Amino acid sequence: MKILVCISHVPDTTSKINFTDGDSKFDTNGVQFVINPNDEFGLTRAMWFKEKQGATVHVVNVGGPETEPTLRKALAIGADEAIRINTPATDGYSVAKQLANIAKDGGYDLVIGGRESIDYNGGMVPGMLAKLIGANFVNTCISLEIEGDTATAIREIDGGKETLKTKLPLVVGGQKGLVEESDLRIPNMRGIMQARSKPLNVKEPIDATVETQTVTFTKPAPKGAVKLVESVDELVKLLHNEAKVI
Amino acid sequence: MSVLVYTESEEGKFKTIAFEAVSYAKGLADAMGTSVTAVTINGTDTSILADYGASKVLEVTNDQLEKFNAEAYADVISQAAKNEDVKVVILSSSANSKYLSPIVAVNLDAGFVPNVTEQPESTSPLKVKHSVFTNKAFATTEFKTAVSIIGVAKNSVGVTENKVELSSEAFSPNLDSHDFDMEIISVDKATDKVTIADAEIVVSAGRGMKGPENWGMIEDLASTLGAATACSKPVSDMGWRPHGEHVGQTGKPVASNLYIAIGISGAIQHLAGINASKVKVVINNDPEAPFFKAADYGMVGDAFEIIPQLNEKLKEFKAQNA
Ligand SMILES: Cc1cc2nc3c(=O)[nH]c(=O)nc-3n(C[C@H](O)[C@H](O)[C@H](O)COP(=O)(O)OP(=O)(O)OC[C@H]3O[C@@H](n4cnc5c(N)ncnc54)[C@H](O)[C@@H]3O)c2cc1C
Ligand SMILES: Nc1ncnc2c1ncn2[C@@H]1O[C@H](COP(=O)(O)O)[C@@H](O)[C@H]1O
Repeated sequence: MKILVCISHVPDTTSKINFTDGDSKFDTNGVQFVINPNDEFGLTRAMWFKEKQGATVHVVNVGGPETEPTLRKALAIGADEAIRINTPATDGYSVAKQLANIAKDGGYDLVIGGRESIDYNGGMVPGMLAKLIGANFVNTCISLEIEGDTATAIREIDGGKETLKTKLPLVVGGQKGLVEESDLRIPNMRGIMQARSKPLNVKEPIDATVETQTVTFTKPAPKGAVKLVESVDELVKLLHNEAKVI
Repeated sequence: MSVLVYTESEEGKFKTIAFEAVSYAKGLADAMGTSVTAVTINGTDTSILADYGASKVLEVTNDQLEKFNAEAYADVISQAAKNEDVKVVILSSSANSKYLSPIVAVNLDAGFVPNVTEQPESTSPLKVKHSVFTNKAFATTEFKTAVSIIGVAKNSVGVTENKVELSSEAFSPNLDSHDFDMEIISVDKATDKVTIADAEIVVSAGRGMKGPENWGMIEDLASTLGAATACSKPVSDMGWRPHGEHVGQTGKPVASNLYIAIGISGAIQHLAGINASKVKVVINNDPEAPFFKAADYGMVGDAFEIIPQLNEKLKEFKAQNA
């Protein structure tokens, strides 16, 4: 089985979000970048398929050279090979087109992406990619088993879950649940050393039109001070009369 | 050239987010000088859609579509969009709508912007504001495509009544076998509980509750309020509560009218996921807890004392206002 894991390179969850260039760009100053959390759950599940079922695992990112440390981290966790498609990730659709090109050429049986990236929150790349390559697609995937060419997946739905059976090739939008938090791996020294000699192939992008373009960013208005109450009586009154939510 | 809106239903009944999507579509259609066409899949009692501004409903009735299926539903919406020759499609932000939206985008070769929080800044070119960085910022994005898809963020523009005349039409899409490559083995869904996605009020609790045995008072409070229950990440990681209740940046997003946080410190990753909620109440025994800075109302004190009192008070209030 050949697995491709799509890795989005995102600011650490504790990052301060600021913008530069007339509020048109994300300010990366002092920001620590990490593997998108949803992708890390997917990558760890892929490691399981590698160790238990002999799968080969490649990771891919669409982005500039600045994303290479993130790809090296994925190699240190245990991926066999990394691919970087050398073009800035502008909108979800164009990223999906670049990934589709790699996925088709590579003959992958399974492509694992995340439910959403925590920076642009598009929630669109895996679904678009699946449609572009004609693969089946399970979103918000919280469990995945593969047996031959059949996949059994559980997806989170509003208020519960749904178990699905489908055929490879398959694309999933993964999240926590694919593996547990405690299964996530911190790369060890050996992994980091090995990662240095694993292939990280840089590929040039295909022509892909941009479908949407962000022109400005804004930050939410600062929040007013909290109103502290002394009694539940007062709280209920305020929620009814002032906030009008009960 | 109308604006097309997909109106989501469950067991035939329209969801509140469907009315919000129609309200959004109506606002946009007015700005564009056109009208709203809704498409429904096995929705019953479609006349209600006219209350929010839909002048035409394409009714799809098909037993094969009884259960949600992203590929097939996306096909239905795409074919409706092509038939009506629309330039804009409005979708919601439920788990199911988020699942099908990217497929519709590829079918129509359309640009797609999700989590849109306001009516467009301009309609030509079409420019929308949407939340990014898990509610820590907004982006304004311009569509470059002939067809555009807007995913409306839940509880952002709200539901607006705007009654118009309605005409309905049966619509029979062409479905192919690839639409049914996904076999649903089982669905496990509590039908007696409000879901976090649908709830107007969410009662959420954290590690301050000390252990799973203390959740009775949280559930009582939620049931008095008709609220959904939620929890912080460590609470679900430790198995005190099911994973489906985990909210925040790496869990479910919450965009309710009222969010009550009990014994939750207010870590940045937690706040990011619940920030779209309108009114936030924090109950915590530590006056320095960071959550107070993000809250509208706060009460400093021991949850084990406050929660039962609050529950009693709310029951009294409900009895008086029933
Ligand atoms: C990559 C990443 C992603 C994350 N994603 C999420 C996420 O999606 N959601 C999430 O929730 N967290 C997330 N976290 C974890 C987050 O950083 C915090 O650790 C977590 O939210 C803390 O949970 P808590 O508030 O329940 O517990 P604590 O931080 O331990 O807070 C408990 C609170 O209870 C109060 N308390 C104690 N006793 C009482 C009492 N008797 N009465 C009233 N109050 C009391 C305390 O004062 C304290 O403020 C993430 C972390 C990382 C690194
Ligand atoms: N630039 C990128 N390179 C590789 N994968 C990506 C990229 N952007 C998004 N993805 C994948 O698509 C998922 C969803 O991203 P998004 O649609 O941006 O929310 C992520 O979790 C990744 O798995």
